[in-house]
Amino acid sequence: MLKDTTSKAVLFGGLALIALAFFAPNWIVNQFMFGFSRALAILGLLVLWRTGLVSFGHAFYFGLGAYTVAVLDIQLGVTDVFLRLIGGCVIAGFAGFLLGFILRNYRDIFFAMLNTAVSMVLYGIIVKTEALGSTDGFAISLPTIFGVAPETKYPLFVVITLIAMTSAILVNFYLKTTVGQLTTAIRDNEIRVEYLGFSVARAIHLKYTLSAVLAGGAGALMAMSLGQVDPDSMINWTVSGELVFVTILSGPGNVIAPFIGSLVFEVLRTYAFELAPQAWQLIVGATFLTIIFFLPGGIWSLIAKLGRKNS
Amino acid sequence: METFLTILLDGLQFSSYLFIVSAGLTIIFGVMKILNVCHGSFYAWGAYTAAFFISKFSEMGMPDIFGFGIIIIAAIVVGVVLGFVIEQGILKHMYHRDEVLIVLATFGLFLVLEDVILIAFGTDPYFAYQPMALLSSVEMGGIVRDVYGLSLIGMATMVAVGCWFLLNKTKWGVILKAVIFDREMGISMGINVPFVYTLTFIGGAILGGLGGAYIAPTISVAPGLGTEVIVLSFAVVVVGGMGSIAGAAIGSVIIGVLRALAVHELPQVELFVVFAVMAIVLVFRPEGLFAPAKPRKI
Repeated sequence: MLKDTTSKAVLFGGLALIALAFFAPNWIVNQFMFGFSRALAILGLLVLWRTGLVSFGHAFYFGLGAYTVAVLDIQLGVTDVFLRLIGGCVIAGFAGFLLGFILRNYRDIFFAMLNTAVSMVLYGIIVKTEALGSTDGFAISLPTIFGVAPETKYPLFVVITLIAMTSAILVNFYLKTTVGQLTTAIRDNEIRVEYLGFSVARAIHLKYTLSAVLAGGAGALMAMSLGQVDPDSMINWTVSGELVFVTILSGPGNVIAPFIGSLVFEVLRTYAFELAPQAWQLIVGATFLTIIFFLPGGIWSLIAKLGRKNS
Repeated sequence: METFLTILLDGLQFSSYLFIVSAGLTIIFGVMKILNVCHGSFYAWGAYTAAFFISKFSEMGMPDIFGFGIIIIAAIVVGVVLGFVIEQGILKHMYHRDEVLIVLATFGLFLVLEDVILIAFGTDPYFAYQPMALLSSVEMGGIVRDVYGLSLIGMATMVAVGCWFLLNKTKWGVILKAVIFDREMGISMGINVPFVYTLTFIGGAILGGLGGAYIAPTISVAPGLGTEVIVLSFAVVVVGGMGSIAGAAIGSVIIGVLRALAVHELPQVELFVVFAVMAIVLVFRPEGLFAPAKPRKI
């Protein structure tokens, strides 16, 4: 599982980051936490995108994960980072598994739209429910790690990075298995895949559930790193759009791409917000268009090109 | 009875502006196969432009009746300028790309246009109540309604009839239908398809702008306007069937009346009900409730 270059790069890169971050100032650690949390969701969308599917509604799972953490914290007093994360993943994954029975039969724009509809249903419920915080959302307490309440955010960063590394290596492994290799095959020609004896619907169902689990985990980690949840920055359709944006920005080339792409997005957003608070969406939107037009392979295609030149 | 009438009229008013906006969305989808996310921006731009000039003109002491002219002119200017620039500058270069990628490009445009609004008009809300105040109100069936709101229903009807006339009684309609049915065949019969695309996009954009401009006097025009309306029009278009004007009409009446019913009887489910209907329709009839059966082209 750890033999190929990508897994090695993830392993050593991640460990190096954990070591370096110990000396880094707080704001940098924060950027990495947000970036890596979101990257988990992008990892799931990458798998879907390689299949030719774009979901314009994965904020549903992202928000479900985040709100699971909020409910666990406020209603049940669960503070442990792993319990919260598992809670988010399980709830989102279960929802994804159930909805997968329907969504696996949809393609193209219908797939995107049905996902949007589902996410907006959840948005509609949360915005109008006082018990779920309505439009204000909740503040979430800092998680404990193995029963210890950390003084700084560094331990949470370490946990997030380790989880990100594990997920990247697992997804990389998955993409190399037979089912995983069907990914691009399905995009290219579904009928041929069926003739080869595989069920396209089942393969898509698995990928969809996987992406739901990852997006749920991303939401849970994001909620813990931000310390709050609210519907407009977690579930509204613009969040789904943002997730897709980061996926395109990263490029489908490699499982490391989502992590680099998310970091670039975090930095882009922070700087755009500081430079021009009223125009950060403009900068993000313009970047998006530029990527679509001039860099269809995303940031990863640049890195891949560099790598080819060197070798 | 009075509650019933209130719900019905509220619902129809809501349906009316939804229909005007969705008609533009559905025409663009029908002809160009583009699901245009930045349609919400056309709506917001229409609302802002109209509200800005109505309040400016009123400050300058012009008669309030000019407001109606401003609404129409604002819609046309917004539609022509934004529609032309976006179609020629961005979309034209993307027609050979994947459908979903075009949706994403329009999402990028949506983000850009949202902020250009903030830069151009600031974050403070605009109020342009003058045309509404001018028309005062009337009593009907025991309830008092403002005439402006009722005129919205008239406007939507005019748009619907206009679209029907254009599609069914003019040469332009025949050309549009030919392009919708088979683009390549249209080209080979000598139709200037790129030109049809440009005009269609501008026409759709004008309708988007008109929806916003006409609703502007009844609301406070504030940032984030386009974000909500675009998903609502998606719901309308999906429920009625993408690419059909009649579908947009039926869809907007269903969504509008349901939402009004929810607002009056069970406010907690106001948004939920709209998207639940959208999801249910997508599950059971992805082509839309009233879409005619289509033979599959190979």
